[in-house]
This record gives sequence, C-alpha cells and structure tokens, in this order.
Amino acid sequence: MNIIVIVKHVPDLVEELEIAEDGKDLNRDFLKFVVNEFDDQALEQALLLKEKGGGTITAVALDAPEIDQTLFTCLAKGADKAVKIVGDLEGRVTSHAAAHMLADALKAMSHDLILTGVQSAEDLDGQVGPLLATYLGEPHVSVVTGVEARGQMVVVRQEYAGGVTGEFEVDLPAVLGIQAAPQPPRYAPISRVRATMKEKKLVEIQAAAADGAGLNVRQMVRPQVASHAEMIEGNTDTVVERIVGIMAERGLMNG
Amino acid sequence: MPVKGVKQAPIVVEKDSVTVRGIELKGQWNRMFEPRVIDDYDLTHLDRVAALSGGESIEFCYQCGKCVPVCPVDVVGNYGPRKIVRKLQLGVDLTEDADLWLCTTCMNCLRVCPKEVDMIKIMPAVREQAILDGKFVPPELQKTFENIARYGNPQGESPRKRADWAKEAGVPVPIMASVKRPVDVLLYVGSYPSYHPRGKDAARAMARVLTALGVDFAILGHEEKEDGDSVRLAGEKGLYETLADSTIKTLAKYRFNRIVVFGPHEYNAFKNVYPKFAAENGLAWDYAILHYTQFLAERLDQLTPLLKKPIEITTTFHDPCYLGRHNGEYDAPRRLLAAIPGVTLVEMGRSRENGYCCGGGGGGMWLDSFAGGHQKMRLSERRVQEAVEYGASLLSVCCPYEVSRFEDGVKSTGNDGKLIVRDIIEMIDEAMRAE
Ligand code: SF4
Ligand code: SF4
Repeated sequence: MNIIVIVKHVPDLVEELEIAEDGKDLNRDFLKFVVNEFDDQALEQALLLKEKGGGTITAVALDAPEIDQTLFTCLAKGADKAVKIVGDLEGRVTSHAAAHMLADALKAMSHDLILTGVQSAEDLDGQVGPLLATYLGEPHVSVVTGVEARGQMVVVRQEYAGGVTGEFEVDLPAVLGIQAAPQPPRYAPISRVRATMKEKKLVEIQAAAADGAGLNVRQMVRPQVASHAEMIEGNTDTVVERIVGIMAERGLMNG
Repeated sequence: MPVKGVKQAPIVVEKDSVTVRGIELKGQWNRMFEPRVIDDYDLTHLDRVAALSGGESIEFCYQCGKCVPVCPVDVVGNYGPRKIVRKLQLGVDLTEDADLWLCTTCMNCLRVCPKEVDMIKIMPAVREQAILDGKFVPPELQKTFENIARYGNPQGESPRKRADWAKEAGVPVPIMASVKRPVDVLLYVGSYPSYHPRGKDAARAMARVLTALGVDFAILGHEEKEDGDSVRLAGEKGLYETLADSTIKTLAKYRFNRIVVFGPHEYNAFKNVYPKFAAENGLAWDYAILHYTQFLAERLDQLTPLLKKPIEITTTFHDPCYLGRHNGEYDAPRRLLAAIPGVTLVEMGRSRENGYCCGGGGGGMWLDSFAGGHQKMRLSERRVQEAVEYGASLLSVCCPYEVSRFEDGVKSTGNDGKLIVRDIIEMIDEAMRAE
C-alpha cells in the first residue's frame, strides 16, 4: 500500500506566545515550532501498516521554519520519501489554502491512502482532511484510532463516548484523519536522523497559487482568567467543612 | 549436569599416576573430571551481546555470584550481572527484556567482580542496539530523549529560561557571554539546578557561597545544555555526541581557569568521557574539572571562619556513585560536613566504596515509573529507610539528582517529619547566615 502522510508544524508552547501587533496572528518572529502531535500519530499508523503489509510511505509538508528537520525525522523513522511543497508560504496558511496546495501536489502522486492528523493544536480546525478528500474526490473518515488493510479497502475504527467503537470499510484511495495510532509514536535515534540527513534529500515541489478563502482571524486575545482556584488548608475537619460549605453555596446540596 | 534431560556420570580424565624423573606421582590428590557440559543452550543472544563494542566482557563471567549481593537493584528486586548472564545463556533476548533498563550503572558489581565483567560498558551498548533496532524504549525515557534533543534539558523547559533561577539568588550571577573577560571559575550549573524547584534552591545557595568567598565566577546561561553523560549510559549515543559537541564548542569560546560542576554526572562526563570524544573529533578539551565539594574543600581555610551558625543535627551522607565509586572522591564532601558547626556525621552501612545507589544514574532518573513496576520499592526509598535506620535526621547529598529523589522517598516511605534532605551547599549557605 502506498501511503502519503501530511505533516505540519504548530507553535511550541514551551515558549511564551505573543500576539502580533495587528492582533490577528501570533508574533511569529520568536516562535519555535514542533510537529503537530496528531501528524506524529498519523505517521506511526502509516509505519505500522507498512510493517504489516509492505508498500511505501511519503511524508509531505508545506514549507515552514524548521520543517526540514521534521521531514528528515519522518525518513529516519521509516518513511521512504519526503516532499516539501515550497512557494509563497509566509505566516499562517489557512486550512483551505493548505488543502488546495496539497491537493494540487498530491494529484500527481499515486497513492492508496492519505493520512493526516485529525486536527492541529494551532486552530483546532480539522478541515484539511475533509477538504483534501473533496478536492481529490476520495472518501474521508475522521477521528480514526486504528487502520487495517483488507484487500482493496481499509477497515478503520472510530471511538465514541461511552466506550462505543465503530468500524467502517473504506474504499481506496481514501483520506483518513488520524486521532491516535494503536501504539505511541516511535523514537527516532539522533544518530539515525543525522545519517538520514547525509544520505537522503528532500524532494521539492512548487506550490500552486493559494486560494484565499477559509478561516479569517478577526482578533486574537489572551484568555481571560475567570476565577482562581481556592486552596483549602487545615486539618481534615476544617477541609471537609469548607468543601461542604462550598457545595451548599453553589446549591449542590439539599438542606 | 544433565544433558538433554539425562544425568551424566563424570568422566575421569587424569592419569592414575605418572613417573617424573624416576619419581612416581600419584594422581588421586588432584583428581579432575572432564569439563562437563554447562552450555548446552542456544547462545545466540549471549554471543550477540559479546559481539557489541563494549559488550565483550559479558563472556568473561564465570557465575561466581559476587556481584549479586552488592547490586542495589537486587536489594529491592531480582537482579545483578550473574543473573543477567544466566538469562542470556538460557536464551533471553536482553534487547527485549525489562532487565535492560534497570541497571543504574552504579559500578558496585565491577568493584567486586574477579573477571571485570563491565556493566558500565555492556548496558549502554545493548541499550544503544535496542534503540537502533527500534525495540521497546520505555516511554518516559523516550520523552526525555526528545526533550533533551529539542530543548537541551530533560524537563522540556524553555532553553531561554535556563538561568532564571539566578534572579532570586540575592547576589549577581554573571553570564559568560556578557562579562566579556576571562574569569577564574566557570560554574557549570546543570539541568536540575537550573530547572527543578529544589535544584534551584541549591543553585542559589551555590551563587551565594561563591560570592561570599569572593570567587570570580560566571555561568553559561542559556548557552548551557545537558551534558549528556546519563543520555549516553541510557543508550542514546547519537544524542550524547550532539550534546558533547555543542558543549565543547560553547566552552571553547570563553577563557577561564577551571570548570566547577554541580553534578557528579557532569564531573564524570567532563573528566572521563569528553576528553576522548574531543580527541576523536579534533576538538580542544583541556580543562581543570572540579566537583564543587572539591573546589570548596580546597578553600576550607577561607570557608570555615564564615560558617558561624551551628546546625545542630545528626546527618548521614549519601555517596553519589559518579563521585565516589566512579571517580574515587569520598573525602571532599565529608570534610565540608565536618566544617559545619553542630553537625554530627553518622555513616550508613552502605557507604563510600560500597555506597548504595539512589537509582538515578545511567538513565534511572528518567525511568522511575518503569523501574517501579519491576522492583519492590525504589532504590531511593530503600536508601531513605537506611538513613533512618542509622539514626540520621538529615540526609545530606551532593548530586542534583538526589534531593528530589530522596524527598519523594521520604514522603512515600512515611518518614515525613523524621528525615530531611539537603544538598551540602544548602547546609553551607545556611551555616553562613549568622544572625
Ligand atoms: S562477579 Fe563477575 S564473574 Fe562473578 S557472577 Fe558476577 S559478573 Fe560473573
Ligand atoms: S552497575 Fe550497579 S545496578 Fe548495574 S548491575 Fe552492577 S551493581 Fe547492579
């Protein structure tokens, strides 16, 4: 099975985030980036499928700061090819524009399956998968927690509230939004990443003109601190009394 | 020894008697049996370990068992080189066995092993192989590797905040990049004193003590990174090399007379491991390295008069494996403790050369939950119990891994209120605060 995995970067929350002067984006000058955790899950799912049934994996990303390192890490983990889509990609790219550019590039790449992370922490939009599937005319399933190859289709699992699991048969080629792989993403030893950087090259593809439609940010604000937690101190009796008091104040108790 | 389930009679191979220069020598007194089959097994896994660079000495083991009772992991579980060798003989693949991650590279086995079976080399080699082969790596360790690779510290904190502790030191803490002149002492702080709340306490105490002694010192600030020694011992050699390369190049930018380190692990890295790496990679590395207890012990004449406030307490001292056994320094910390007025030192049974391990070495610092699942109790908990058994009210330490480990151990063993844990530098700082 030939699988394409889409990866992207999100701002690393280890550094403080600042809002840009126009109030519509983060100040990108000082941002550090990390791979979107769901994309990491998608890659792990692809690697598991390849280990079981063979085939190839191609990691694809839109150009972004530090993205080369991430694509080489994908190669070090077991992807066969890494593609970087380059072009006019400054600042924040909306999911609509991203899906357009990806669809344009992916049309020309033969594949059975496209895996994306279900969403990214950046905008929690979750639209790249569905849009990509629409542009390519392929079926799409989202919030997937397991994929199994079965002949000319895949069986995918979705989890619902209350421990209910759904299984779908999906015809190939298809686009899947991965929530979690059946096992945690594997580790890429640094020596292997370094060796990969020497041995392999990233393939660059020119991006199509981006489509401007999609999510427009009107204003970005810091979350307001609504209330503070109250630390209850004292011995067990005082603590219990206070908890009971709070419950009574909030009308959570009868009498 | 049965062969394929059938008990074998010994085969007598020696002669009954021989005549040497006309003198008849009877053989009964040294009757020897033909060597009996003791390896009627598939030795693939043992051979594989022995074939690794660093794994060779696994084959030297003759199963005498001296290593088991001194192994700190065996005290709380079922472990030791003899047992690991036996499992390998019996066909267990060490790269897939939990035992691979339990050794803390404390070196107590090597101290007593007549055959020099060297777990300090064997374990990292097998771990590296397991990691390269994509075998199971405990998730907490994997996360730590990723944090160190990305941020230069195991905690996954922002590298830009590495020197934030200094803001509350109460004394200026100069940063190398801004002093723009040579200094006497480059203080290599390390990740735990830089980021861990209790480590920061010790770092601030250190800054105050050095200032009180009038030492001309500076730190690297956000240019400092994890030294990588424990990363290497945990099997991530590539990451260790990246860290060593970066630290060697950062230090080369500055001029100083000596490096004083907080941690025994940095001490071991800088003294024993970096020189080889630098030589192999055409880099310069020729520094005087001192653990802070050594640096201060050399200045006791100057320090002692400053220690005016008595600390009336019975303490015991935990020898860090990487200062004591690995580097032979047992006295400097004890001399410092002796200089603090009021302090009475009692020695635990397992001290100095036979010191018990806190469980943090060789990557153990980042394997606590995993190891906990394979042991009756944590090594740090066993050590805390020992300190209490010997009547100490204070457990003094001089390795930044230990304060948090032992404080957790005090709580989990129900010894809250009976035992406190302090870095020696905190005690010195305290003793300097005469009212
Ligand atoms: S002390 Fe050395 S030779 Fe003896 S059992 Fe242990 S590892 Fe083997
Ligand atoms: S190095 Fe320490 S923990 Fe490891 S086997 Fe030897 S005695 Fe046990």
